Amino acid sequence: MTESRGAAVRYENVQKSYDGETLVVKNLNLDIPPGEFLTMLGPSGSGKTTCLMMLAGFEPATHGEIFLNDDPINNVPPHKRGIGMVFQNYALFPHMSVAENLAFPLQVRGMNKAEQEEKVKRALDMVELGDFGSRRPAQLSGGQQQRVAVARALVFEPSLVLMDEPLGALDKQLREQMQYEIKHIHENIGVSIVYVTHDQTEALTMSDRVAVFNDGVIQQLSTPDELYENPHNSFVAQFIGENNKLSGTVTEVSGTDCKVQLDDGTVLAAEAVNIDGVGSRTTISLRPERVEFDTDQSMDNLVKGRIEEMIYLGDHIRVRMNVAGNTEFIVKVRNRGQRRDLRTGQTVEIGWAASDCKALDAVA
Amino acid sequence: MTTTDTVSAAAPPADPPPQPQVLTTRDGTPLKVSLARALRREKMRALLLIAPLLLFIVLTFAAPIADMLFRSVENGIVANTLPKTVEALADWDETSGEAPGEPVFAALHADLLIAAEEKTHTRLGSRLNYESSGMSSLFRKTGRRADRMDDALPYKAQFIDIDDDWGDVATWQVLKRFSPELTSGYFLNAVDMQMTTDGVELKPENERIYLFLFARTLFLSLTIMACCLLLGYPIAYLLAALPARTSNLLMILVLLPFWTSLLVRTSAWKVLLQQQGVINDFLVWTGLVSDAGRLVMINNQTGTIIAMTHILLPFMILPLYSVMKTISPSYVRAAKSLGATDWTAFWRVYFPQTVPGIGAGSILVFILSIGYYITPELVGGTSGIFISNRIAYHISSSLNWGLAAALGVLLLAAVLLLFYVYDKIVGIDNVKLG
Repeated sequence: MTESRGAAVRYENVQKSYDGETLVVKNLNLDIPPGEFLTMLGPSGSGKTTCLMMLAGFEPATHGEIFLNDDPINNVPPHKRGIGMVFQNYALFPHMSVAENLAFPLQVRGMNKAEQEEKVKRALDMVELGDFGSRRPAQLSGGQQQRVAVARALVFEPSLVLMDEPLGALDKQLREQMQYEIKHIHENIGVSIVYVTHDQTEALTMSDRVAVFNDGVIQQLSTPDELYENPHNSFVAQFIGENNKLSGTVTEVSGTDCKVQLDDGTVLAAEAVNIDGVGSRTTISLRPERVEFDTDQSMDNLVKGRIEEMIYLGDHIRVRMNVAGNTEFIVKVRNRGQRRDLRTGQTVEIGWAASDCKALDAVA
Repeated sequence: MTTTDTVSAAAPPADPPPQPQVLTTRDGTPLKVSLARALRREKMRALLLIAPLLLFIVLTFAAPIADMLFRSVENGIVANTLPKTVEALADWDETSGEAPGEPVFAALHADLLIAAEEKTHTRLGSRLNYESSGMSSLFRKTGRRADRMDDALPYKAQFIDIDDDWGDVATWQVLKRFSPELTSGYFLNAVDMQMTTDGVELKPENERIYLFLFARTLFLSLTIMACCLLLGYPIAYLLAALPARTSNLLMILVLLPFWTSLLVRTSAWKVLLQQQGVINDFLVWTGLVSDAGRLVMINNQTGTIIAMTHILLPFMILPLYSVMKTISPSYVRAAKSLGATDWTAFWRVYFPQTVPGIGAGSILVFILSIGYYITPELVGGTSGIFISNRIAYHISSSLNWGLAAALGVLLLAAVLLLFYVYDKIVGIDNVKLG
């Protein structure tokens, strides 16, 4: 991984500690090719924002080296790195108009007035705020401020833009709209983007690749669909999308298939992804929408469960069941129009394919 | 709310159709009347709650100040003490170059007899002495002998016999000029001017004092304000930038002077700054200054500036700190990520956002220092005193309250004017005290 040349960003054995006692980032190695939209996803305190701040130059790396276009930048001050950045609360300068905000990076680069004006105008047009140049940031709505922040980070044409939870302050609808806008801007101008968020939907929607952070370590670095379909460990399975957990012991392994005996005696066929071998503890991960009520005998796994609760959600029905001692077992049933004859308290048979249930590392 | 405040437009259809112009409640009262009635009780309660404080302030603050300010123009003493004389003088032409005739002297005698009995003539003498020296002794001397005058002889000669000044036109000019109930004399005095028969003019150069004192007060206040800003800005920045625990500790150090007596702090500066004091001793010990060349840092302007900067520093730091605390560090980070150097990021992005705090702190320090009294009195010597020290002198030593009031009015007007100018330039809305 460290050998690939021509990476826009490369972290090499980067470690970071604030207090000299605990590592916030533990030995990070990461390559970001030019033009990629990479998202650092993780819960708060997982080290993702620290990684971004080290790249921007606001936090020094305790150990290791960060490369920007193959140049080490550990000793380059932030203003010489030429990296655009969008902040959580936009950080638009309140005492300057929108146009002045956008002209700021051009002014400090000593660009002449005419050129400044042209670039500012082009950037404003890009985010469809052409008429708003003379307004103050406080006179704009949250979504407009967001767009100005994006335009400002792009106006001096950096090859890399960092975004630190830029959509956190927006309401749900606007957030979704902005996700598409940022994605389209990225596609149109081909800049590399490193995006930090704790919202997995955002990460899946926008990214080329997602790095899932936990505990200062990248748990998995994959494309969004790979992340959802083939999580490498229980944390990723749990963090991305909804997930049913079943604990058990591995009784048999043959290639990528394995048999797992659950704690109540039920034996399931599963795909061996991250297990130590026969006799070891494992957690089985199973997506709620992969479980079927219309069972037939060819299915790999057939289990009986009791319906505890049913929630009608329009496009689907959420059924909470007691399966093999797990009372939080969720099944999503698509609403196909014909009402199924499911009732709370009923005991029914459910089934799923072995390939849909992954045997991962055991969670305590 | 005790009254019903249902708007008729929202009433059920059985009620009369809604009036388009005046909204009414269901019983027909106009909505505004009903609302005012409902709120009146709350307003009364609020008023009653603040009534004691309001009364206290009016009685102990507003009224005395108003009374004091009125003294700057009040001048009933001449007309009250010498009513007949004032009346008789109305016919006298002060530009004639001659003392008034017998009727005026007769009136003066009659007035003085009463005044001497009530012992008010000495007070009149002191009052007129502010305008022309020698008046005090003139009235005291004449008052003593007024009852011994011979009613048969002309009064004019007898008066001139007591004191030649009664024959002097100038004496009568002063008397006539200050006979109206209101006077501009105190104000003219406060700006080093005087009224003569030729009109208003500046006093002779060697008698001018107040204009110079006003200028010095302004200059020293501005200097102190600038020193506070220079010293306070970095401290406020540090306080705002440090983590909460450390900054709270440092904040106690900033506030510590508040909890120490003003006199103690000022006296401490005396110990430090005097010629045989700690700082001079240290400088001599290190050889930076010779023993003969010990620095004079107290009982002059330097002393006033040093001590007052120290005392007023918290008033600059606190507004600055409260403004800086609200400025997110991401602004400076954003500026740097956009290519600004540390200095550009500070000057173009951080500093403009602290201007409201600078304004608030500067105004606070300036207004406090322009009226400061105790510290200049103790460490200012003669070259470091303020106009307020002169006001205090007239209040407590020379007892010329009228002049003290006039100086106070001018000081107040100067502050208000500066406040207005400041509002025009910076805008009072931009000032944040916390």
